[in-house]
Amino acid sequence: MKRHLLSAADLTRDDAELVLSTAAELRDLADRPIKKLPALRGRTVVNLFFEDSTRTRISFEAAAKRLSADVINFAAKGSSVSKGESLKDTALTLEAMGADAVVVRHGASGAPHRLAHSGWVRSSVVNAGDGTHEHPTQALLDAFTLYRHLGVDDRGRFRPGGLEGRRVAIVGDVLHSRVARSNALLLQTLGAEVTLVAPPTLLPVGVETWPVDTSYDIDRVLPGVDAVMMLRVQRERMNGGFFPTPREYSRRYGLDARRMATLQDHTIVMHPGPMVRGMEITADVADSDRSVIVEQVTNGVAVRMAVLYLLLGGNESGA
Amino acid sequence: MCAQEVPPHQPSEPSQPGHPSQSGQPSQAVGRTVLDERDIARALTRISHEILERNKGGRDLVLLGIPSRGVPLAHRIAERIEAVEGYAVPVGSLDVTMYRDDLRLKPARALMRTDIPADGIDDRVVVLVDDVLFSGRTIRAALDALNDVGRPSAVRLAVLVDRGHRELPIRADFVGKNLPTSLVERVQVRLADTDGVDAVTISEGTGGEAAR
Amino acid sequence: MSTYLIQNVSVLGGEPQDLLLVDGVVADAAGAASAVADGAEVVDGTGLIALPGLVDLHTHLREPGREDAETVESGTAAAARGGFTAVHAMANTDPVADTAGVVEQVWRLGREAGHCDVFPVGAVTVGLAGQRLAELGAMADSAARVRVFSDDGKCVHDAVLMRRALEYVKAFDGVVAQHAQEPRLTEGAQMNEGELSGRLGLAGWPAVAEEAIIARDVLLAEHVGSRLHVCHVSTAGSVELIRWAKAKAAEDGSWEVTAEVCPHHLLLTDELAATYDPIYKVNPPLRTARDVEALRAGLADGTIDVVATDHAPHPHEDKDCEWAAAAFGMLGLETALSIVQETMVDPGLLDWAGVADRMSTVPARIGRLDDHGRGLKVGAPAHVVLYDPSVRRTVDPAASASLSRNTPYRGMELPGRVVATFLRGVPTVLDGALV
Repeated sequence: MKRHLLSAADLTRDDAELVLSTAAELRDLADRPIKKLPALRGRTVVNLFFEDSTRTRISFEAAAKRLSADVINFAAKGSSVSKGESLKDTALTLEAMGADAVVVRHGASGAPHRLAHSGWVRSSVVNAGDGTHEHPTQALLDAFTLYRHLGVDDRGRFRPGGLEGRRVAIVGDVLHSRVARSNALLLQTLGAEVTLVAPPTLLPVGVETWPVDTSYDIDRVLPGVDAVMMLRVQRERMNGGFFPTPREYSRRYGLDARRMATLQDHTIVMHPGPMVRGMEITADVADSDRSVIVEQVTNGVAVRMAVLYLLLGGNESGA
Repeated sequence: MCAQEVPPHQPSEPSQPGHPSQSGQPSQAVGRTVLDERDIARALTRISHEILERNKGGRDLVLLGIPSRGVPLAHRIAERIEAVEGYAVPVGSLDVTMYRDDLRLKPARALMRTDIPADGIDDRVVVLVDDVLFSGRTIRAALDALNDVGRPSAVRLAVLVDRGHRELPIRADFVGKNLPTSLVERVQVRLADTDGVDAVTISEGTGGEAAR
Repeated sequence: MSTYLIQNVSVLGGEPQDLLLVDGVVADAAGAASAVADGAEVVDGTGLIALPGLVDLHTHLREPGREDAETVESGTAAAARGGFTAVHAMANTDPVADTAGVVEQVWRLGREAGHCDVFPVGAVTVGLAGQRLAELGAMADSAARVRVFSDDGKCVHDAVLMRRALEYVKAFDGVVAQHAQEPRLTEGAQMNEGELSGRLGLAGWPAVAEEAIIARDVLLAEHVGSRLHVCHVSTAGSVELIRWAKAKAAEDGSWEVTAEVCPHHLLLTDELAATYDPIYKVNPPLRTARDVEALRAGLADGTIDVVATDHAPHPHEDKDCEWAAAAFGMLGLETALSIVQETMVDPGLLDWAGVADRMSTVPARIGRLDDHGRGLKVGAPAHVVLYDPSVRRTVDPAASASLSRNTPYRGMELPGRVVATFLRGVPTVLDGALV
């Protein structure tokens, strides 16, 4: 039981299922006329975004406001050139403003760690994405989405252990993806089996020590999975020699209608967004019935509400 | 995460400093039984009739049980009403965790199920159902929760046991049994659905027991 | 000039004896009694080891340009406290030490401070830009008499330029000290490339980027018949390459490869990066336990010739931030001997005579210093360190003589303590404190 959410590895199976079952309850809030709960009234949540991300920031903002918390948005340019707006300086300012929780997105891996352990702030720190390291709330909302389709009982209720033995393929630029890292960790914690699919240049060194399978062949993997998660692949990676051309990448690793037809009937298609249509995923797949991409966004608010509630809703000292 | 794992037997009574714990330890019969299975059944039957009488029938009623033990009680009342009136009264549950006035005293508590029937509660008579009425704070929280769900034409309260010691101006409309107790006593409600047996017992609380 | 008699001291770890320093030179200890009668200062050496003054082949004094991090004065003070009587000051200052003017300035600052001798290192290329050679000859002829040339901080990666530099320095018995780091393989690199870097999301610095350059430079040195010195060796593969290179050079005799290892690479591993605390960020990065073992074995068997500190001071704000924004580098002068004792002497890999060889005799030879590295024989200049190996102390950054505080050993318990340092018979440190 910790004060911060910095990495998916921070969550035990019980912790993760608690977040997901709490999110399940909170998701129904979206259908109510008054979409508000008083649990975080009087708390201040700061969105500290050093990288542009309207989508994630709005999701956290909605989550905090629905719990009646006060929200302060702080968009900072985190270049090492402008030392005047350094992470530490900003953190000290927030501490002086009395933030209870800081949701931080930063381009440097480990920045939320520094924030949480440096002694600059006393608030809870939620990692909203740090460099190429992790994005734990994304993994939680992805797991939540998987549960809603694969892990509920026959009354549609959240079933602990519901992802046990389920197979998930994560396809794309794993090397540069914090979403992939968090998902690999969390899904394994929840008992699912993960296969990472990418060209050899886009798999991290040491991936053979991760608790996942890997494959260079998407066509061999797709028919056997219950869910396929497509990761964004930037065309500019071509300049680093990671693949020769975007065309070759999408031909070998893109999810198009032909590949989608090889999936099992119940298999869902996910994407953390934003998508590069035509690169890792084609428009017709993204808009198909199998795609739960839009639902992921809705689930994001409920999951982030659950995280904020569980971190801030009680007293700070924890169990 | 700061969260407290709550086993399914959590009583709906909020924690009070100095009040003895009422955690349900299944099948531990301590103290004296004040209501046995048949007493409970009769009480629920009487409550169901009283509800119908007061409401002049079952139309526009919605029963909402407060988790966890208020929910099976609400379902039993609904069954009895259906048996008498011949049609099904909507039943659901209303979790009040987020509306508690003592949230900050403990780590964040796990939420329980909120299940509002499909036709909602606007312009209906909502009957809240709970197992024990004690300080009244749970019901206060339930009223706030209801407020954010809709606007009932009236809200009534049915409880299996009223043990007194109100801290807020709250009263029950329908009571299974009035049980005058002292503050050091523990009232324990067990139901077949959750605890394997129907029984209400009173026992002496041990000094220094942590309030829930 | 004064006279010092150090009594009952273990010279190079041997049997306790007297050590007499007269007029800046080691004198025959037979004259001890009369020296005392003439008013010599007596220092009790009981329980202490006497080593020749240490010589660092690789230090960053930051002046000119980064006096907020360190100055020649503060850096040499730290050096004296660490037992050093000579340091080679690297050229990546601002302005870069690529002209006779700058190296003479640094040399003079060293003389004025007086804590230890400063031998400036000259840049290989102008501005460290790796485009064209700096005026190596002018620097060699200057008052600073530069013999060691290095672009340290950056790699001389252009093969032709490295060849030319190796050839050119032969004219004045110079040596090119290479910071081996293939730049394209290490763009944006933050820590050792391995299983941990993949998990932490920090760009990796693969071992091959160091080893590939060493292999190339060894072959170039052989081809042109020159001296190559490899800075801060950090991988097991590099040690193997140097062992192979030395075997080849031994057959020939016309060329030479020497290598240095830093104390932090003898002790710390990349596991520490998991804290994301940039106090552990250094170039080349901390590597794996396997690399640490290979480096210790290499230092023990002489494949690695010297210990050099790569003392790299940084001001607070360059380390008190997120990893990617932090500067590379660690302090090293004041903890070097303790770490060598901890990692090499106490485990029995190297004796004190070996320490004297690796930290005084050989570095002085590589740097072509006349006045240093001549040991503690009668007639040698009186550069002496008195070291107490029996104490243990907790490293306290605030107690450092450096202007900076970026030591990775803060809070750690390390053995040993420098009790006294003599520079040409004059104490710079006595009773553990600067004079």
